[in-house]
Amino acid sequence: MKKSYKIEVDCPNCANKMEDAAKKTTGVKECSVNFMTLKMQVEFEEGIDAKAVMKQVLKNCKKIDSDCEIYI
Amino acid sequence: MTKKQKKMLIRIFVTAFLTVVLGIFCTESPAALRFFLYLTAYFIISYDIIIKAFNGIKNKQPFDECFLMVVATIGAMAIAIYKSGDYTEAIAVMLFYQIGEWFQSYAVGKSRKNIAELMNIRPDYANIEKNGKLEQIDPDEIEVGSVIVIKPGERVPIDGIIEEGSSSINTSALTGESLPRDVKPGDEIISGCINMTGLLKVKTTKEFGDSTVSKILELVENAGLRKSKSEAFITRFARIYTPAVVYSALALAVIPPFVRMFFMNLNADFGTWIYRALTFLVISCPCALVISIPLSFFGGIGRAGKEGILIKGSVFLERLAKAKYIVFDKTGTLTKGAFEVNGIHHNSMENDKLLKYAALAESASTHPISKSLRKAYKKELNLSEVKNIKEISGKGITAQVNGLNIAVGNSSFMKDLGINYIDCHHIGTIIHIAINEEYAGHIVISDTIKPNSKIAVEQLKKIGISKTVMLTGDLKKTADKIALDIGIDEVYADLLPEGKVSKLEEIMLNKPEKDTLVFVGDGINDAPVLSRADIGAAMGAMGSDAAIEAADIVLMDDDPIKLAKAIKISQKCIFIVYENILFAIGVKLICLILGALGVANMWLAVFADVGVMIIAVVNALRVLFTKKI
Repeated sequence: MKKSYKIEVDCPNCANKMEDAAKKTTGVKECSVNFMTLKMQVEFEEGIDAKAVMKQVLKNCKKIDSDCEIYI
Repeated sequence: MTKKQKKMLIRIFVTAFLTVVLGIFCTESPAALRFFLYLTAYFIISYDIIIKAFNGIKNKQPFDECFLMVVATIGAMAIAIYKSGDYTEAIAVMLFYQIGEWFQSYAVGKSRKNIAELMNIRPDYANIEKNGKLEQIDPDEIEVGSVIVIKPGERVPIDGIIEEGSSSINTSALTGESLPRDVKPGDEIISGCINMTGLLKVKTTKEFGDSTVSKILELVENAGLRKSKSEAFITRFARIYTPAVVYSALALAVIPPFVRMFFMNLNADFGTWIYRALTFLVISCPCALVISIPLSFFGGIGRAGKEGILIKGSVFLERLAKAKYIVFDKTGTLTKGAFEVNGIHHNSMENDKLLKYAALAESASTHPISKSLRKAYKKELNLSEVKNIKEISGKGITAQVNGLNIAVGNSSFMKDLGINYIDCHHIGTIIHIAINEEYAGHIVISDTIKPNSKIAVEQLKKIGISKTVMLTGDLKKTADKIALDIGIDEVYADLLPEGKVSKLEEIMLNKPEKDTLVFVGDGINDAPVLSRADIGAAMGAMGSDAAIEAADIVLMDDDPIKLAKAIKISQKCIFIVYENILFAIGVKLICLILGALGVANMWLAVFADVGVMIIAVVNALRVLFTKKI
């Protein structure tokens, strides 16, 4: 399952770090962050609660850049 | 400007002003007071970075740029207290860093807006007539087959067919074509266009979500998620760049002093080396690199969009720039695809009757041939007269009309059926017809070449395309003539749809790996080929969602010249990308070397860092704003 989320992030390198952080979250199969369009596309593992995973993704992203935001 | 940017700008001005004033009036003040005043200026410009740096430490992110900037500037402050008394350096580093960040955020915001405007084609409402009054309704709620009213000046919200009224419509948002198009009842009309002159009543043929405008918006919004090699490279580079710079800074602060102390019997001179190490940290932020690449691609995609060329992601832009082989579908791509019946020969019955049988048999097909038969017949077809339609792909159709067995198709179909057909010497598509296994004559349908096809092929050659190929299901005789007229290098005719795929694979196998093969088709029947090619470009795709989905590049209008334009844009864009990569990495490396040798001080380092970013960003946006491509 693939989903696209709107994000808020200030610098392009932070966007790359968000992508890394999201990829490392359990339940996330693949993730791509586009700084220019401020979009995060996440592919989830089969049969997983996307909402719960995204909460964790946001938490992990906040750790690397406290200013970032994901609109879940 | 956003609120955040305004606030930052004020902070930048206040700090700059304060630093200048302090520099002029406070040179003679007591040391403690001076330190306090400069520290205030320092905090004004850098408090958010200090907070972020703390968060970085808390979350165990040692290579956080904010943290490194804070270390560098506090280090510079410490050296100032201990040695020179020049606090301006630390403040200047932060100041320029913030100016750089501000500029970047402004430029990115500006180009985002620019592209958003370009794609601002989402209709907000649709008018529905209820009891003689117009009501505005969310287009999502309109059912297929409803009649909507479009007033002059309004955007067409949903694809449909005009029932009443005639007007001129402006398709420029979709096609980049500035000439308005005239429409009348019976014409198809596509969402996203603007109705200019007359009131139109349109019967919708799709739901809003399936309409052209929604498909395009979806495509544009998701563009760029598939990243190019250059982007991946720069991301990888950024990942190792910062740690590498930090470790070299550490080495620089420790190794030379010890070497001096123990092996050369000199003074360790820790101050100098630590200062040089701090200079390294100032250059450690990879942002200039990381921003300029996606921004360049974004500019390229935006520019293409302005011209009516939709590119689904930077990876395709990158591949397109290396295009060497162009494979065209013939019908609808190089030719108009508007077939006309140009002759009926050897017929055993009157023309009209033969046309009627052929048109009825082809009535279920969406192929342009079926349309042209129907057009030539002129009268309404009674579809209840036809039964058991069977399509034999690439060959023809069998059907029963009023109890007669009708077979319609090409010569190989007639051969298969064992019918003695008579060949035609005219150029065009020949439709043979057999009734009850008896030959009944043939119809000649021919197509015309698009006016720009020849120029397009010439332009492609000029921009470095090494080979042009045409694939067609048509007869060799017809295909050869067209290819000769246009200037195509190679022709493969008589291909079934599957044959096109295997032919394409054959060509792909025989070309060098790094050269890109582009297939251009009109999206009718060639979705498999579109998706098989390195780059599939669908042409004249307005209204064909299957093509929009299968293709990597969508040329909104059906002018083949647009392909040359797309390649030119991609080449320019990639050139800028390489320029930026070389420039940014080059300047950073030079600064690092000069910093290590003690030639560059922090001032130069931060100037170089911010300067590189500004130049790279301006360069990246060049493709979006240049007039001529």
